[in-house]
Amino acid sequence: MNTQDLAAVRGIIQSNRRWDLFFAAAGLLALLVGVLAFVTLFGQMVMNGWERLNPEFFMSFPSRRAANAGILSAWVGSLLVMLVTAVSAVPLGVAAGVYLEEYAPKNLVTDIIEINVTNLAGVPSIVYGLLALGVFVYVFGFGQSILTAGLTLGLLILPVIIVATRESLRAIPVHVREGAYGCGATQWQVVRDHLVPYSTPGIMTGVIIGLSRAIGETAPIITIGALTFIAFLPPSPITDTAPFVNFDWLWSGFTVMPIQMFNWTSRPEEAFQQNAAAAGFILVFMTLMMNAIAIWLRYRLRKSISW
Amino acid sequence: MSGSQVMRMGMSSMQATVVSDRLSRKVSRNIRERAIELVLFFAASVSVLTTIGIIWILVFESYHFFENVPLWNFLTDTMWTPLFSEPRYGILPLLLGTVTTSLVALAVAVPLGTIIAIYISEFASARVRETVKPFLELLGGVPTIVYGYFALTVVSPVLQYFFPSLPGFSMLAAGLVMGIAIVPYISSLSEDAMRAVPMSLREGAYAMGSTRFQTAVRVVLPAAISGVLSAYILGISRAVGETMIVAVAAGMQPNFTMDPTEPAQTISAYIVQVAMGDLPHGSIGYQSIFAAGLSLMLLTLFFNILGHMIRRRYREAY
Repeated sequence: MNTQDLAAVRGIIQSNRRWDLFFAAAGLLALLVGVLAFVTLFGQMVMNGWERLNPEFFMSFPSRRAANAGILSAWVGSLLVMLVTAVSAVPLGVAAGVYLEEYAPKNLVTDIIEINVTNLAGVPSIVYGLLALGVFVYVFGFGQSILTAGLTLGLLILPVIIVATRESLRAIPVHVREGAYGCGATQWQVVRDHLVPYSTPGIMTGVIIGLSRAIGETAPIITIGALTFIAFLPPSPITDTAPFVNFDWLWSGFTVMPIQMFNWTSRPEEAFQQNAAAAGFILVFMTLMMNAIAIWLRYRLRKSISW
Repeated sequence: MSGSQVMRMGMSSMQATVVSDRLSRKVSRNIRERAIELVLFFAASVSVLTTIGIIWILVFESYHFFENVPLWNFLTDTMWTPLFSEPRYGILPLLLGTVTTSLVALAVAVPLGTIIAIYISEFASARVRETVKPFLELLGGVPTIVYGYFALTVVSPVLQYFFPSLPGFSMLAAGLVMGIAIVPYISSLSEDAMRAVPMSLREGAYAMGSTRFQTAVRVVLPAAISGVLSAYILGISRAVGETMIVAVAAGMQPNFTMDPTEPAQTISAYIVQVAMGDLPHGSIGYQSIFAAGLSLMLLTLFFNILGHMIRRRYREAY
């Protein structure tokens, strides 16, 4: 190739480089749209809801008068529903993940379960609401209670926890298992004493992401027919007489943060929109904190583990 | 070597000492191991039970619904007025609402998501990538009711400023915000697919004198196309099943139109509307939300199967 041709080729490459710049600009612009959307969303809620964000707002029940209304029953409801969700979904999800990754034989049944978990992750959340309405509320007779809502959201985040468990188990090298078997451990001892403890940070990441999704879910909870105007608290889970715990709250009516926000959003009065903004701010703040913890956990996990 | 042989060898070499019972066979231990495996298996089958439960309740209630409403009417009638004194149950208006909002959302999410994915995977430095990815994840974690509030109180007024004839509730505002909400799903899945393309392909392209942009669009994107397409499919099924944004911002009346500047109701928003009221268990209104749910489920199932076929058809193995 003579120098003239070489110069020509370089010229062509140079002129093509312009597209690089052009696309880099487009990429930054696209990211900017995302960032801008988030900043406006967050900023608007902070500005609109700022004056409602005071201790009274957290300690008052909803009210017909916007200025007196608060989110006491909503955040208590969210907390209790999340408790049921975590208690039901975490053991089930981890157990299912362990089974699929460590125990399951290669056969038709396993294939069906695996395909099923993948597909469940794609089912719209409102369909879970219909399942809960038909089965939990009417067939099992749980009613429109905290128990129903918690179990529904538990089923909803089950695939997230199963996938997270499987991925962190898969990341543990085979020689850990072989070493433990070599010392005479049974399969369950390997799982209980080695695999589950080592994969705990990964599982926790999945659990937190799942719960942060559950806490913002609105559609399935509306579908089971949760009330929006709740001016009472469920019975306290802890009592001052023996046996000190009380499970009546499971059957109690309730409202949760996203439903309270939906209720205020759908009212035309400006004052209620302010309440919605304040509730939205708290909701976003909670999910962001949970996500941030999960991202931080994963980051630490990546840094600290070297097999 | 069987357990008893081990025992015998142990005996002969250690005549005087008593063999520790830790080496003896324990039936209880095997039973326990099997029992634990069984418990874990039941945990895994809860997901199958969930699916069976969903299908059973949707089909069961829909069956009773179709005893009262002929299937043909359901599929062809252009009116959905279940709360009128003479109710008509045609799914088409709700279906059009769902399709229109989803199309608007995809028109936003597919270009944005793809550009962001290519940018992060092929152009951005490691530092930019490490900052942007968590941020996108946060964007994906924002509850949809908050997006709905955003569509109603920010995007709708802004759109009305530019198009004064636009109503306060519109499929356009809901669809645009839904698009923003879906971007993180599409971008993160597409980026994963592009990052999985082996470096040697890029190196080959660079050696031939390709620029970054040419490498990204003509080599990496085609090589990752099955993953990128399944990301789009996932975006579609998210959009179809999305509920709160449309329930808040798209209006609540069924509308037989595909004009995005009009208000309309989607299948999911209808379910929410009915569930907020107080419909008695077993009434036809109660059954109608299960028929709507079944339609929604079949729609997402269709896209899931399509995604599966695309993955199989275009998969490139390295």
